[in-house]
Amino acid sequence: MIHTYRLGGYNIAIDVNSGAVHSLSDAAYDVLENITEISGCCPESVLNNPNLNKYSILEISEAYSELKKLHAEGMLFSDDDYLDINKAIPDSFPLKALCLHVSHDCNLRCEYCFASTGDFGAGRKLMPASVARAAIDYVIARSGSRRNIEIDFFGGEPLMNFDVVKSTVEYAKKQGKLHDKAFRFTVTTNGVLLNDGISDYINENMDNVVLSLDGRREINDCFRKTVNGKGSYDTILPKFKYLTDNRDTSRDYYLRGTFTNKNPDFINDVLHLAGLGFSELSLEPVVAKPDMKYALSEADLPAIFAEYEELAEIMKDRDDFRFFHFTVDLNQGPCVIKRVRGCGAGYEYAAVSPEGHVYPCHQFVGMPEFIMGNVSDDSFDESVSEKFIGQNIFTREKCGECWAKYYCSGGCGAANYNINGDLNIPYELGCRLEKKRLECAIMLKVHKFMKSS
Amino acid sequence: MLKMKHIITICDGVLKKSAAKGGCGECQTSCQSACKTSCTVANQQCEHNKN
Repeated sequence: MIHTYRLGGYNIAIDVNSGAVHSLSDAAYDVLENITEISGCCPESVLNNPNLNKYSILEISEAYSELKKLHAEGMLFSDDDYLDINKAIPDSFPLKALCLHVSHDCNLRCEYCFASTGDFGAGRKLMPASVARAAIDYVIARSGSRRNIEIDFFGGEPLMNFDVVKSTVEYAKKQGKLHDKAFRFTVTTNGVLLNDGISDYINENMDNVVLSLDGRREINDCFRKTVNGKGSYDTILPKFKYLTDNRDTSRDYYLRGTFTNKNPDFINDVLHLAGLGFSELSLEPVVAKPDMKYALSEADLPAIFAEYEELAEIMKDRDDFRFFHFTVDLNQGPCVIKRVRGCGAGYEYAAVSPEGHVYPCHQFVGMPEFIMGNVSDDSFDESVSEKFIGQNIFTREKCGECWAKYYCSGGCGAANYNINGDLNIPYELGCRLEKKRLECAIMLKVHKFMKSS
Repeated sequence: MLKMKHIITICDGVLKKSAAKGGCGECQTSCQSACKTSCTVANQQCEHNKN
């Protein structure tokens, strides 16, 4: 399987099964577009193909010969027969990451919030320290031989329960030493409660921090409002500046926003944030039921695609910021086994509610049918896990035929479930956006390679 | 890396190579839901290739 496209002045071919990426001349690209397999000498049907009549016979022959060389080296029309599909379904599944919902309460009332403005539809509450400690014990006990364990402090707004965040970090570090586990911490915050002391603590202890801001003041304040209905931009911006200005550059952070059908010109939000000096940026398309007034629809796609392409064009000549979705590691990314399996929700990764209930991931919190156990009594229902373990890009029919499968790993099961009612039926709108972003990301890699060589 | 008259290879067959030793599971969890900023597994690094 191959994927070919023209973007940013380049003719690009991706060999899906090997992961090879090539930049082609016009002649080679057009020859490739007119063949479905390569064997022997360049066939008469190619040499005399009317779609190729702007090229000389010599050019077509040369291009075909080079394509044949790629094929011979396993970098074009390659098979996936090197993959043992059975390895995609793990026979043991140690838990290695927990999303701790330390606060099912929030001090903002963002209209598009997937968590029902913080309480996940189940009442506003905070996680007691005892439950958080039990969650640390739970993940250590279930992590088997995995050494690296991730803890993500999430909400609602986790800083509303900051004392529990701190005591949990301290407890996990102590238990990590005892059990030879390396804990990595992340916090996702809307920034309202940040002060210099809390920011300093985050910078010292959190390996990653996700800061929520949608971009321009008027865009951010359209959805991200306080309980009193006021915009949050002016409150949080200086706090985010302090945190990021004082963060060690070796540690990750992301300024993360959401775009909706209200700002199809979201490049202006990306550039606004970059102009403020933030370098790690992410702007995500809102995921919402089609009947929500801010939901993205099929009709929005042409404008969004054009926006992504324009952003990629701008980023050819800028290195002062990174756009998360255009960051792709072509050479040292995850192994193919990981790419086949995806996120590991429900077996490698789980979320814990303030009551200690264990769910396959944060998106399922509040859905009783997905409760897998409770950290306080060490219970774990494998029948829920099994729904997730068996899923991969080979079991999702639509993923199997998609060129992007090894880059996105089948997308988000929760989005599939929430939109289509089935974990295995991909969320089509999300897929189309993902594919466009990947095309842009890979074009930027091609551009940087060509520029440097 | 192949560099020919009509074709320049930017990246060779990394996936096939990774199949031999892959699957250790030590890498970062790759949440793909939009609310946590991580829709792309491929933007992560293999734990063994870091540094």
